[in-house]
Amino acid sequence: MQWEAVIGLEIHAQLATKTKIFSGASTAFGAEPNTQACAIDLALPGTLPVFNIKALEMAVMFGTAIDAEISKTSVFDRKNYFYPDSPKGYQTSQLFYPIVGLGELDITLADGSIKTIGVTRAHLEEDAGKSLHEKFADMSGIDLNRAGTPLLEIVSEPDMRSAEEAVAYAKKIHGIVTSLGICDGNMAEGSFRVDCNVSVRHKGDNKLGNRTETKNINSFRFIEKAIKGEIIRQIEILEDGGRINQETRLYDADKDQTRTMRSKEEANDYRYFPCPDLLPIVIEDDYIEAIRNNLPELPDARQQRFIDQYKLSEYDAVNLSADKALAGYFESVVKECSDAKLAANWLLGEFAKQLNQSNTSIDQSPVTASELALLLTRIKDSTLATNGAKQVLEALWRKEGEVDAIIDSKGLKQVTDTGAIEAIVREVVSNCDKQVQQYIAAEPDKRGKMLGFFMGQIMKASKGKANPGQVQALLVPILDELC
Amino acid sequence: MALDKSDVDKIAHLARINIEEQDTQAYLQNITSILGLFDQMQEVDTTDVEPLAHPMDAIQRLRADDITEKNQRELLQSVAPAIEDGLFLVPKVID
Amino acid sequence: MFSKTIAQLSQGLKTGEFSSSEITRSYLDQIAAQDSKYNSFITVTPELAMAQAKAADETIGAGNAHAMTGIPIAHKDIFCTKGVRTSAGSKMLDNFIAPYNATIIEKFNAVQSVSLGKTNMDEFAMGSSNENSYYGAVTNPWGDNRVPGGSSGGSAAAVAAQLAPGSTGTDTGGSIRQPAALTNLTGIKPTYGRVSRFGMIAFASSLDQAGPITKTAEDAAMMLNVMAGFDAKDSTSAQTAVDDYTATLNQPLKGLKIGLPKEFFSADLNPQIAERVQSALKEYQALGAELKEISLPNTALSIPAYYIIAPAEASSNLSRFDGVKFGYRCENPVDLEDMYKRTRGEGFGTEVKRRILVGTYALSEGFYDAYYKKAQQIRRLIQQDFVNALKEVDVIMGPTTPQPAFKIGEKTADPIDMYMEDIYTLSLNLAGLPGMSVPCGQVDDLPVGLQIIGNYFAEQRLLNVAHMFQQATDWHTQTAPGL
Repeated sequence: MQWEAVIGLEIHAQLATKTKIFSGASTAFGAEPNTQACAIDLALPGTLPVFNIKALEMAVMFGTAIDAEISKTSVFDRKNYFYPDSPKGYQTSQLFYPIVGLGELDITLADGSIKTIGVTRAHLEEDAGKSLHEKFADMSGIDLNRAGTPLLEIVSEPDMRSAEEAVAYAKKIHGIVTSLGICDGNMAEGSFRVDCNVSVRHKGDNKLGNRTETKNINSFRFIEKAIKGEIIRQIEILEDGGRINQETRLYDADKDQTRTMRSKEEANDYRYFPCPDLLPIVIEDDYIEAIRNNLPELPDARQQRFIDQYKLSEYDAVNLSADKALAGYFESVVKECSDAKLAANWLLGEFAKQLNQSNTSIDQSPVTASELALLLTRIKDSTLATNGAKQVLEALWRKEGEVDAIIDSKGLKQVTDTGAIEAIVREVVSNCDKQVQQYIAAEPDKRGKMLGFFMGQIMKASKGKANPGQVQALLVPILDELC
Repeated sequence: MALDKSDVDKIAHLARINIEEQDTQAYLQNITSILGLFDQMQEVDTTDVEPLAHPMDAIQRLRADDITEKNQRELLQSVAPAIEDGLFLVPKVID
Repeated sequence: MFSKTIAQLSQGLKTGEFSSSEITRSYLDQIAAQDSKYNSFITVTPELAMAQAKAADETIGAGNAHAMTGIPIAHKDIFCTKGVRTSAGSKMLDNFIAPYNATIIEKFNAVQSVSLGKTNMDEFAMGSSNENSYYGAVTNPWGDNRVPGGSSGGSAAAVAAQLAPGSTGTDTGGSIRQPAALTNLTGIKPTYGRVSRFGMIAFASSLDQAGPITKTAEDAAMMLNVMAGFDAKDSTSAQTAVDDYTATLNQPLKGLKIGLPKEFFSADLNPQIAERVQSALKEYQALGAELKEISLPNTALSIPAYYIIAPAEASSNLSRFDGVKFGYRCENPVDLEDMYKRTRGEGFGTEVKRRILVGTYALSEGFYDAYYKKAQQIRRLIQQDFVNALKEVDVIMGPTTPQPAFKIGEKTADPIDMYMEDIYTLSLNLAGLPGMSVPCGQVDDLPVGLQIIGNYFAEQRLLNVAHMFQQATDWHTQTAPGL
């Protein structure tokens, strides 16, 4: 019997407003605890909320970007529950009349196929503060700086069937909100958080199985791992004859496993009702259309433009256009080095590897677009061979200096002087008597395969600096002389 | 609507209010009689009546996204029950 | 001097008959000497008052005075007053020194009125007798051991006992009009949204409204001139232009159409009160008004609708009192849940707990439609009744209360009995309409109030209608025995 996973995502995107959704306190990340929690954020008696115009605008931008229904009347509701990071004892959210209704978007899968994923709704709500557990022995410390930061909660239909699809969808939403400039997308700082609803069922069943919700996952890699792990866990339980508890789980990145969230164990009754301190948000068609007509370039359009303008492959275009920061970086590099294919290869190859290894986002890259462009220019003008270029990139990453200075100090300049290369080739050939004899003995049509050995030895002898094309051009005639 | 003690316990838990055992019966009686008041509403046909959440048909006003609040931590925390290093202290929170 | 109205004091300050410092000192001395009989103040602020009076005298001396400059008044202890304990009559806030000012406090400060202190009230404004105060019951100056009404019982008793010439109150279901009626004073609950709720500790957000309690309609107009107006900090604040409430006080009433809802003169009404109200109506006829019987058919439903909506909103509004950010916290909590439950169990009084429980129940899963939504639908029917009636008449009149001041302890055993006290007042809060109570006689030496209801934002007309009655009668000039 084959199993099938059913996955839906709830994505919390912090909106990039300057101030809170209902107060004039700053939303900047990383301030001293409670220095950005004003009387309203602390829910002091008598304080009242007033809605931030930018939060509305950003929500409508998202809705129009995915061509979703926009509610001309939407209403804030109160979700009542007690938790120390929720200062009012309720979260102001939108249950009954969310600002954004049904929409959909396409994701591109690894095999190039396209799948449409439904977006059920997107609603405005306020973020909670943070509980800090490590600092004190028997107590927790509450920092309410984050309380009241505007969130757009984007709820998908349960349309995804694998962790890969879920990641592709999450990346797509990430690309849209960052391209719109409505979210900084910084997952490490919690600006873009993903809750994964996962259930499994026998393939062909229409009925959904009991699902679990794994909360607050803060990287695409962890989304994939958490979902994969959760699918396996559920299948194992079901195959052992058990049943899945409908519950909230937390992903522990250190252990790479999910666990039950204890504070959510009891069934909650949130007693939603319309917030009497806020009035219905009413918007006009003109307002919606003005926003729609002024949307910045979105990932899909950018992807097509990259194909048309830079002649990129579909694969490169998809991967370079999804994230606004990466796309911008790519275009800056191309502007300076005039070789889109080379820039694409490096950004999706060595450069991406460096980002991953150091867990850095593109906008925090220690290597500027100009530096990378110069590096690529040095490949194009044959100053650097590939191997040398990798070394320069690593050095740039460590902030060791400028491109040309690194090339000089590490002696990575590619040797292009034919005389010098010929000398190295002849020396290597003369030192490899045994292999030369084998070469001579071989049938002429088998000799080509044996060149790799000599190439390797020559590149090694030149410390990687010899131009490979020139080496190859010289090597064959020299060997043939001996035959 | 007949309530029993377990209903009162459940509501009191939702509202996070400790009710002494000896007071539960009185609350039960009071709440039951208050709920009795509500019965006459059920006889009214409100099928097509739009609920009224606010007396005015006003709409939400919007605030400019400008920072108007400065740091007043010291003043605001002067009324807090327990503070350390700028944090509000509570008994251990378990995720 | 203590019998003087605000208008007379204002005139005396202007002519230099006395200074603000002199009258403020006199009132402070009077409070110190007399208030032990009434318990109308929770906190008296002599130093603040004298400093404000001194500054007011300078402004008066410089000839820049507003009509309310230098007038000492008392504020219901529900308005946050910076640097002063603001308790809302609750143990929960016994230690709460407000770190900011309510908007109406700011407005009185701006015209340099003097604040004598904070008046007693039913805890979180929940009550009709002022017996639900952590600081003890308030005694009505008109009757030995009689309640002054509630929830603004301290504000009413202080003015009736001549410990202040005027005071502020709040009215969620009758809490200004009912105490005014029971203490022979004039009180006005303005249109919902007319006076800012910012800094006024919330009971039921969609019903709460602040207003003055005074000896005369003219004084009420003077105070409301300061209190009314748009406030950007309150989303529910009305942007409608504010009238000068003193400007048309003397407009003749010839042709005024008065509607008399037959439901307000039913069997539940004390016949002697009905008689006093009828006499007042005759007086209006003598002033040129026409009487017309009308019907407000859903009046009886205002009790259940109110006692669902108000507790539901309160149950959520009072969730912020959790022992984390401000106010009371229980001793030595063993864990988080213990802290919440004991803090709230010990910090709230019985009636507050009762209403939180009722409201929690009404909003809980499975009951929302039957209770809260149904109540909101009934609320619309009640509003429609008034809207229809006010198409035919200019104002609506009837009794403020079904009976005069009752004895302390008389109704505490049965909450329903107490709730019926508000039968004529709370439908206005549901509809959001303005209403007044003015003295119209006595029953067994206890004052009786005439209620005057107007259309939205018709406060100017209401005050005119009340003032002309007071020009023709002297009920409002009568003082409690012994004063």
